[in-house]
Amino acid sequence: MSSGLIFAITGVVLFAMGSAGMLLVAHLLRRILAFNLMGSGAFLILVGLAQRGGTPDPVPQAMVLTGIVVAVAATALALALLRKLHTLNGRTELPRVEDD
Amino acid sequence: MKTAAIVIGAAAFAATMIAALLDLPPSAIHLPRLVDANLPVSGVTHPVTAVLLNFRGYDTMLEIGVLLLALLIVLAVGTHDGADAAPTADPMLQTFARLAASLMALVAVYLLWAGARQPGGAFQAGAVLAAAAVLLHLAGVLPAWREPGALLRSGLAAGFLVFLFVAMALLSQGTLLQYPHAAAGSLILLIEFALTISLGLILAGLFLFLSGGQGSDS
Amino acid sequence: MIDPLIWLILLPLAWATLAFLLGPGRGARTAIAGLSLQLWLAFDLAMKIGAGGPALHAVGGWGAPLGIDLAADGLSAVMLLLAQSVALPLALYARAYFAPDKTETRYFWPLIGFLLAGLNALFLSADLFNLYVTLELVGLAAVGLVAAGGGAAQVAAALRYLFAALLGSSMYLLGVALIYGAYGTVSLVTLEPLLTADAPRIVWMAGGLMLAGLLLKTALFPFHYWLPPAHASAPAPVSALLSALVVKASFYLILRLWLGPFAPLVGALAWLPMLLGAGAIFWGSWQAIRTPHLKMLVAWSTVAQLGYLFLIFPLLATTGALQAGVMQAVAHGLAKAAMFMAAGVLIKATGQDMVAGLAGVAQRLPLTLFSFGLAGVTLMGLPPSAGFLAKWLLIEAALAQGYWFIALVALAGGLLAAGYVFRVLRQAFLLAPVAYAIAAVPRTLEWTAFALATASVLLGLRGVELMALLAAGSAP
Repeated sequence: MSSGLIFAITGVVLFAMGSAGMLLVAHLLRRILAFNLMGSGAFLILVGLAQRGGTPDPVPQAMVLTGIVVAVAATALALALLRKLHTLNGRTELPRVEDD
Repeated sequence: MKTAAIVIGAAAFAATMIAALLDLPPSAIHLPRLVDANLPVSGVTHPVTAVLLNFRGYDTMLEIGVLLLALLIVLAVGTHDGADAAPTADPMLQTFARLAASLMALVAVYLLWAGARQPGGAFQAGAVLAAAAVLLHLAGVLPAWREPGALLRSGLAAGFLVFLFVAMALLSQGTLLQYPHAAAGSLILLIEFALTISLGLILAGLFLFLSGGQGSDS
Repeated sequence: MIDPLIWLILLPLAWATLAFLLGPGRGARTAIAGLSLQLWLAFDLAMKIGAGGPALHAVGGWGAPLGIDLAADGLSAVMLLLAQSVALPLALYARAYFAPDKTETRYFWPLIGFLLAGLNALFLSADLFNLYVTLELVGLAAVGLVAAGGGAAQVAAALRYLFAALLGSSMYLLGVALIYGAYGTVSLVTLEPLLTADAPRIVWMAGGLMLAGLLLKTALFPFHYWLPPAHASAPAPVSALLSALVVKASFYLILRLWLGPFAPLVGALAWLPMLLGAGAIFWGSWQAIRTPHLKMLVAWSTVAQLGYLFLIFPLLATTGALQAGVMQAVAHGLAKAAMFMAAGVLIKATGQDMVAGLAGVAQRLPLTLFSFGLAGVTLMGLPPSAGFLAKWLLIEAALAQGYWFIALVALAGGLLAAGYVFRVLRQAFLLAPVAYAIAAVPRTLEWTAFALATASVLLGLRGVELMALLAAGSAP
């Protein structure tokens, strides 16, 4: 098994953990962390899977750099909104949806 | 009940996917060869920088847009205008932070310059610059940012604008972001230089605009 | 020589940045000038495609698979036309709607610019990873517009929306990563011949992940939970933009992938979106009939109307089904924008947003109520509206292939739509309580809503041109 494949498999585990966290965790800060875990998992898969043959591939590496910046932007936005919510009503969780 | 279902679902998902990964045949297309073949005409010698700023430069342009957009939203959502918490005025710490920040600026310049040939480039350089600003803020040297004035706004948008302007200027020869071979290196350096400044400001802004006001955390 | 394809992306980016440089609250005129130009560019592109077939532009001159391709066919041209023709009246509306110097408008114009740039870039991209970046551009801008200047409920709705959008795009991104691993390319054009029915299992998983992520972003039942609070709590111009355009972007992408590279895999899967779509029509309409709030009613109606878009999937073997889906997307885009704009006027004028509080507006705001009714005609699918044409095409395609129950769902949905539209109209025609004050509203608000509502009805008469455009640019 090549090291690229090991990275990819680790990525799958991280992604699964992150997505479970997105669905299960109520505290928004922890949910933001879960989103980042998902993202990191996807990035590891993108780079690892492409390099499973052993040769480095600059294309997914560049894509991951782009992806990281996008993830930073999304995380900053989420933190800003969370902070705003906290100053407005002192809460760090979303109210339940009344979907009846 | 719900928890158990989600955990089992996630584990099953991971197991199925890992099994599918293990018997994946090699891919039909091998891009690294294409990247290597076109590297001499890309204007830089490092393959990742070549992909980022030349082969897939359009992605990078949009991505700077996303980052600028995130900063805009942070401003739109509103930073609070409460009083700043008193800065921690430890002279020792502040002197050290100033020293470290100037060294970090030096590192940023090096990273930018090195990016053409080895790992590095505008993103890394911008991140180091932003970290220096955050360090100065935490040490109480640099106050939190409020509503940005015209100068700061120009600095925040400069990188994206230069990128956009180069894209528009190059359109005169018919293709979006197609650098003339002779000028590719210098155009990429120009874009990277503007990007470094703006990325540094934006990333610092994401911290410093939020840090102002009530509940200020030190 | 101006290539409309590129300028449709560069222009909104340029005026958005310019509006930001001008400062908080500024940029309305820049935006309106830019949007007018974009509308012209979209028409220009549609003409070119109608005459000369699909257009391709290799960014940087590299070409796929090394570089990124921009591609425009009939489907992209229709979506681009829809986006620009909804955005321009909306910008005029928004300029009159927001009081100057309000916090919610400080960065409204740059946000709209980035949103439009993201939408146009998405409709034009032929690269899976580039599409991911455009999806994020659209998603973050939309969340920002919902959150801007709002109170706790609005921020909470924005956060819920953000998490749904991020979960969706992460799933999409993982799909892209797996596709790159399997084939070594993310270009749609290069992928198409490579992806065959005997694709490795990981490709099936990638397709499933991308589909699920995009369904979540399109708010198809039962992934709709984030839409009603987000669309109902945002300011009216923003709600209009989100309901009319933003959810259509991910629908467009599903359609593009479904008909494009993933076509060999999706055969057996087609009933899933259809069943969910049927569920959306019934559940969304039922909620719209029940909710006491006006904007919530319009938002739930969006959930229901999105359902129609997915009824076409088992029928896609015939061209009529694709026409029906695209027609529905356009009809709903125009009508729902008009309906949210009219609802905004009603809320501004009566100072509240309960359906029960609308008594008497028929005498005071006849034009706005007429616009609401016209938009309702399109949503119900009455002739001669574009909604009618969409349902007609859908029912025709369904009956031609013997799926009479799809036709039945479409008809039942029309009746349910009548239920919630007439709920509003009936209330509005009641006599006003004594000493009942209705605030004056700018005329621009009423007329822009009317223009879009009329367009949604009259488009039914010009459907042939739209269908010709769709056919002209589609790959053989």
